[in-house]
Amino acid sequence: MEIPNVADKWSSGVNEIILGATKDNGGTRTKTIAIGGSKCVPFMDFEGNPGHKPVVAMDVSDVPPEDWPETLSKPFTDVLNDPAQWAKKCVEQYGADLICLKLDGIHPDKGNKNADQAVKTVKSVLAAVGVPLIIWGCEQDEKDNEVMPKVSQAAKGENCLMGIVSQNNYKTLTATCLADGHSLITMAPVDINIGKQINILVSEMDFPLNRIVMFQSTGALGYGLEYTYSIQERERLAALTGDKMMAMPVICDVGREAWRAKEAKSGDNEAPQWGSRDERGPMWETITAVSLLQSGVDIIRMQHPKAVAAVKKCIDRLY
Amino acid sequence: MLSIAERINGMFKDVREAIKNKDPKAIRELAIKQTEAGASFLDVNVGTAAADPAGAMKWLIEVIQDTVKTPIAIDSQKFDVVKAGLSVIKNEVLINSSKGDPEELDKYMTIAKEYNASLICLTMDKCGIPQDVERRMEIAMKIVEKAVEHEYELSKVYIDPVLFPINVDQKQPALMFDIFNQIKMISDPPPHRNVGLSNFSQGTKEKRLLARIFLTMGISYGLDAAVMDVLDKELMDAAITAEIIMNQHVYSDSYLTACRK
Repeated sequence: MEIPNVADKWSSGVNEIILGATKDNGGTRTKTIAIGGSKCVPFMDFEGNPGHKPVVAMDVSDVPPEDWPETLSKPFTDVLNDPAQWAKKCVEQYGADLICLKLDGIHPDKGNKNADQAVKTVKSVLAAVGVPLIIWGCEQDEKDNEVMPKVSQAAKGENCLMGIVSQNNYKTLTATCLADGHSLITMAPVDINIGKQINILVSEMDFPLNRIVMFQSTGALGYGLEYTYSIQERERLAALTGDKMMAMPVICDVGREAWRAKEAKSGDNEAPQWGSRDERGPMWETITAVSLLQSGVDIIRMQHPKAVAAVKKCIDRLY
Repeated sequence: MLSIAERINGMFKDVREAIKNKDPKAIRELAIKQTEAGASFLDVNVGTAAADPAGAMKWLIEVIQDTVKTPIAIDSQKFDVVKAGLSVIKNEVLINSSKGDPEELDKYMTIAKEYNASLICLTMDKCGIPQDVERRMEIAMKIVEKAVEHEYELSKVYIDPVLFPINVDQKQPALMFDIFNQIKMISDPPPHRNVGLSNFSQGTKEKRLLARIFLTMGISYGLDAAVMDVLDKELMDAAITAEIIMNQHVYSDSYLTACRK
């Protein structure tokens, strides 16, 4: 009996974005990363070109994280005070495709570092690694608007991915990224309608659609993963059916969210029945990442080296 | 939805004059204006007055293609005029239209396949235009059968159930909604559902309002293409809004801006 072909046909696809710039293109990166380009739902490559493999960005913070459990900080103990060495370790030892430099230290409540200090950190990380950089502000609008333009100028020509802009605060960083040739992360808090709206607002400032990455904020396993999943799935289907304002690649913040879960960070004594913390934590991060991959994700921000290895292996096997 | 812009038609005085004097200015302006208004296709009809309809069709298409990249809908009841138009087409194209008789469909589907063109098929044949749902659906089924026989993609077929003007037969418009619904279920993927919208409200006092309401109601039953006045901004915005209500696009506060692009 002939098996009928039930493959769907898709009229459109996800935008393709190149991150990073090598010497030939005015930057100093030793490699660039291409993301997006999918013309089918994830892992259904019989329906169309699956595009580029999802990539893993490992988090590096400009200040030592205060809330990391021991399992998570252990692999980085020697570098937590040095973002440049931390980034180098992520790339050279743990295989990070790119680095997400999180400028937590500029937040008024977390160190209140000034723009000069942030610029210095960014420059040191750019010098230490050759992979493209994601530079993520502290998510306090006033401080980000003060610091991020200077950071953007300092990294001019490197084609970084800068974030984040939201419906209520997008003009400053959008204009700066436009001038300095960076790509941009647009954020909506688990809301597809606002997700589309912020893309429209940014595009009305003449920011090119093919330099935008969408961020829906991320829910970890047990903490709203399904909300993120269903929105990202809907975004992907909209992209495949021709919605230009939803055709951007997607980024997820899996590391931070997974490690906020008590199931990931509780000590062995607190919940002996849950098994060893050193296994449980990375597992929580891995499962969150792998589940979200099915909805259509292009960049996953991650933290624990074990989880990074497991997720990269999974991506390689499925693509 | 696919909007087929109706304005480049020899029935209009400015177009008729342009064809007569081979003056491309008015045609270029209409091509640009309708493209900017969001037309999916630019319908091209030489009208009845042209001395050399095939030549006029070629000339109009060439002028439009020199001006904009919007796909063209070749609108003629004469096969040789359609053929002449196809011979100069550079981009995507739609043929408007074939009748539902088997021999007509054979002729039009063969040439549509040859030029990779889409095709509007009317649910009318030698016996005339049916007045009821059943007979229209019978012809629609025959159109689909013919497409399958010719291995012609159903996504390129636009079935037009021939909408009567409201002031000619008021019972007819309501029948259309049932037909759109049924055509949606005729095959997978189904053919498109098309109407000539301006014809529906021709000669009435509330021409625009009637067109707008019919279009939005039609969209809710599966209408997805229309030969229409794309320069009527309220009509275009109403169509976008109806599609948003039917969950065909993701809503955002600036959905009109997003969909107009």
